Amino acid sequence: MKVPAEKKMEMLRSMLLTRAFEDALQVLCQIQGKIPGMMILCTGQEAVASGVCAALQNEDFIISNHRSHGHLLAKGADPKALMAEIYGKRTGCNKGKSGTLHLAVPEVNAPCTTTVVGGGLPISVGVAFAQKYRKESAVTVCLFGDGAADEGSFHESLNLASLWQLPVLFVCENNLYAGAQRFEEHTRVKSIADRAAGYPMPGVVVDGNDAPAVYTATLRARETAANGGGPTLLECRTYRCRGHGEADPQHYQPKEEIALWKQRCPILKLEKEMLQKGILSAEELEKLREDSRKAVQEAVRFAEESPWPDVAEAFQDVYVSDL
Amino acid sequence: MAKMTMVQALNMALAQEMEKDDRVVVLGEDVGVDGGVFRVTDGLIDRFGGERVMDTPLAESGIAGFSIGLALYGLRPVCEMQFSGFSYYAMHQMEAHAARLRWRSQGRFHVPMVLRCPYGGGVRALEHHSESREAYWAHTPGLKMVIPSGPRNARALLVSAIRDPDPVVFYEPKAVYRAFREEVPEEEEVFPIGRSQLVRGGKDVTLISYGATLRPTLEAAQTLHDRYGIEAEVIDLLTISPLDDELFSGSVRKTGRAVVVHEAPRSFGPGAEVVSRLVEKAFLYLEAPVKRVTGFDIVIPLYQREQEYLPHADRIMKAVRETLDF
Repeated sequence: MKVPAEKKMEMLRSMLLTRAFEDALQVLCQIQGKIPGMMILCTGQEAVASGVCAALQNEDFIISNHRSHGHLLAKGADPKALMAEIYGKRTGCNKGKSGTLHLAVPEVNAPCTTTVVGGGLPISVGVAFAQKYRKESAVTVCLFGDGAADEGSFHESLNLASLWQLPVLFVCENNLYAGAQRFEEHTRVKSIADRAAGYPMPGVVVDGNDAPAVYTATLRARETAANGGGPTLLECRTYRCRGHGEADPQHYQPKEEIALWKQRCPILKLEKEMLQKGILSAEELEKLREDSRKAVQEAVRFAEESPWPDVAEAFQDVYVSDL
Repeated sequence: MAKMTMVQALNMALAQEMEKDDRVVVLGEDVGVDGGVFRVTDGLIDRFGGERVMDTPLAESGIAGFSIGLALYGLRPVCEMQFSGFSYYAMHQMEAHAARLRWRSQGRFHVPMVLRCPYGGGVRALEHHSESREAYWAHTPGLKMVIPSGPRNARALLVSAIRDPDPVVFYEPKAVYRAFREEVPEEEEVFPIGRSQLVRGGKDVTLISYGATLRPTLEAAQTLHDRYGIEAEVIDLLTISPLDDELFSGSVRKTGRAVVVHEAPRSFGPGAEVVSRLVEKAFLYLEAPVKRVTGFDIVIPLYQREQEYLPHADRIMKAVRETLDF
């Protein structure tokens, strides 16, 4: 399938934005110490988020995990509200309550990013049921890592989604590491997609560093799901270029391996392809890069100038009316 | 008004809410064709079809997580755990997501769901099938924890739970399921969550209980009256969390004495919270230390010893006498 030039442009733009956003976070968190606590980045995995979200409609829902910045930005989240939230500021998308790990963005139909590994899987199946129940054409995408595929909830969720043929896409972002465990150290299957046969549902493996390939595979799975054909397990093979979190020294990841995968950078790959095909000029590329840098600078300025939430707000929204 | 068991009253609540609101769906293990292990969902699948009364696979964590997804998308799921002792697989979803999404999203997402669990002893079942661990849920901010004590309040509270915009864990005392019948009105009746109820007036001592142990508490109050002329006031908590401490602390400011009764293990049980609230709100009115009559800090024993584990009227009366003799 031919991927339209404007889709490639959309994916490149969101990958550049994510990279610039997270490069800034890395400095703010690790070097300047302005954001305390944990920081989990998706550097090198941007094509999964951008490819998947480029194939979705606005009304589609995504349920994400701890490595969520790319997913949310690709789905269209406002970088300013996201950055302010990561700072813990009142102007953040969750008014400074969720921080980097538990972001929820109603505007882009992303109600839950959970750090409990595998925890989002059954929730996505429920949302998909509700979409079908209401006879809507929307679908739900659950994004999770290879480690989550070892959790019991993975089995419960795929079994149920297949049994009831629900409009859900299970997107496994296999970045070859679950914490400090390499893929072969935590499972004997050659590929997570092999597990699809057990439910059964289509299991598809795609190059997770190739945004147009991810887009194409997602588009196909989305069409199947939206037309009553049930779920797909889509495994995107990619690589975690940074540690599990920014405090992780990555001593267990071979340096040559990291270097090799950095050469396979999904952004460089798409840029090169677009330049070669003549659908992007060097000047346009420079402008895209500059735009994303500016958007991030603006987001950081917005976050830093925003007020902190009032302490009393911590007691709000525990229940529907405060007790 | 028809005389109904708690099982029938709960069934009526579900059927009427499903009739009124097509967002209400029921799901769980064998809740459809089989009508539920205790028959609470009996006949619903015939009336409302398999899309609204879903027989799920055996997957408690999946059922709870799935229900959260339904609720996030605007449905009103009522899911059943076959026994409360099997609900701990679901606890992770309830505490990590159901209880937190409103807070995290600053009120922009909410999870209006009900997790129904039969709980408690007195039916000669083993371990997981007899325990009373409501404190686990009550200890989780963001969850509401409700336990009815009879058919009529069970119906009214379940209706309120289904309509509540927050996640409600709803424990049903299986010892009461078919133990007695009560008049339950056909027309709509709700009882507010977060409110306790005075069920017997008295001036000498306040007895505070809920769920299955309300009956032995009332039996003790009656015998104390008949035999010794002691007038015990009895309060049914109905909601464990958020706890209504106004009614019972007001009562104790009047009587000066209190006994808390539950079958949950003693340490860190709901009784401990009630006593703390009394210390905070009625300390200067207390004439005697507050007593607790509870289960013990052990796994609930097998059927031949079960009745000694569960609070019964004699144990409650003994505690009341000690309180009065202090």
